[in-house]
Amino acid sequence: MSDSDTRAENERDWPLFEVFIRARTGLHHRHCGSLHAADPEMALARARDVYTRRGEGTSIWVVASDRIYASDPADKDMLFEPAMSKIYRHPSFYDLPDDVENM
Amino acid sequence: MADALTAAYAMRLGDDALILSHRLSEWVGHGPELEEDIALANTALDLLGQARLLLSHAGDREGAGRDEDALAYGRDLLDFSNLLLVEQPNGDFAQTMMRQFLFDAYAVELWPRLSASRDEGLAGIAGKAAKEAAYHVEQSAAWVVRMGDGTKESHARAQAGLDMLWPYAGQIFEADEVEASLAKKGIAVAPSELRAPWLARVDPVLEAAGLARPEGAGVRSGGRRGRHSEHLGHLLAEFQFMQRAYPGAEW
Repeated sequence: MSDSDTRAENERDWPLFEVFIRARTGLHHRHCGSLHAADPEMALARARDVYTRRGEGTSIWVVASDRIYASDPADKDMLFEPAMSKIYRHPSFYDLPDDVENM
Repeated sequence: MADALTAAYAMRLGDDALILSHRLSEWVGHGPELEEDIALANTALDLLGQARLLLSHAGDREGAGRDEDALAYGRDLLDFSNLLLVEQPNGDFAQTMMRQFLFDAYAVELWPRLSASRDEGLAGIAGKAAKEAAYHVEQSAAWVVRMGDGTKESHARAQAGLDMLWPYAGQIFEADEVEASLAKKGIAVAPSELRAPWLARVDPVLEAAGLARPEGAGVRSGGRRGRHSEHLGHLLAEFQFMQRAYPGAEW
């Protein structure tokens, strides 16, 4: 291995991972941030260290950021505008019981 | 109930945790990656928590009115009884992680055994520390493998760290009358009992990392009796400065 190969290998940046934490049993995992790690195992450990320092979680997911295929902000109007005028799709015509906490 | 031997034993374990915690805290703001910086600080805080409990307990058993602060900030170098391993400088990240792994592999075998101690205070502290040590050793072992089995440079650094630190690891298993008599009473864990389980953890990790265990290295000892390397003096000078300059200061 030449010196320049070694340098390239050493200086290669770690990939980015998105972190999802489930706060309590029964809730869904929520996106809470991202971090750099060499592989998924390390990402999971670092997510524990960075995002659950105050006992925030019962479960962690990490996903390589480059595996997320996202909508284009420029398509916002086309994708979302048509839903705005359809109020009958919203749960606004009945009262939620008080016991339903996480709606 | 005053019990000088149990006090001395708790102080040894507390000093290990305190000094290693301080060493790791020296990385804060200097970690190789932001996430790793925070991870090192988390481990340092776990160890600091253990140190506080152990030194408080030592103070109780000593029965001379010294609390955790008096023991941490008010003792001189010769009164510290930590292993030489934990006072060794951080060096590079590979050396720090190797030191951590050699210690964690011991701690994770010590605490579960000590949680059956007939000294209830020690047993309680050990039960809490066992969970922390289980996580610590997983992380430090992963780093040892990652670096040993990584690039040419990381391998060389990991091997250099191992060669430098190995002679200090033997001291972990030495015992004097403190451990010997307390082990007989079911209060302490005999250090010699931990050697085989420690090796059974260390060897597979070194093998997976492609690192060679140093052969024929002697054992450096003395820490338990207050004979330290020059490094501890510098560490304490920084660690104790505020309380030495402003005794009893609070904020």
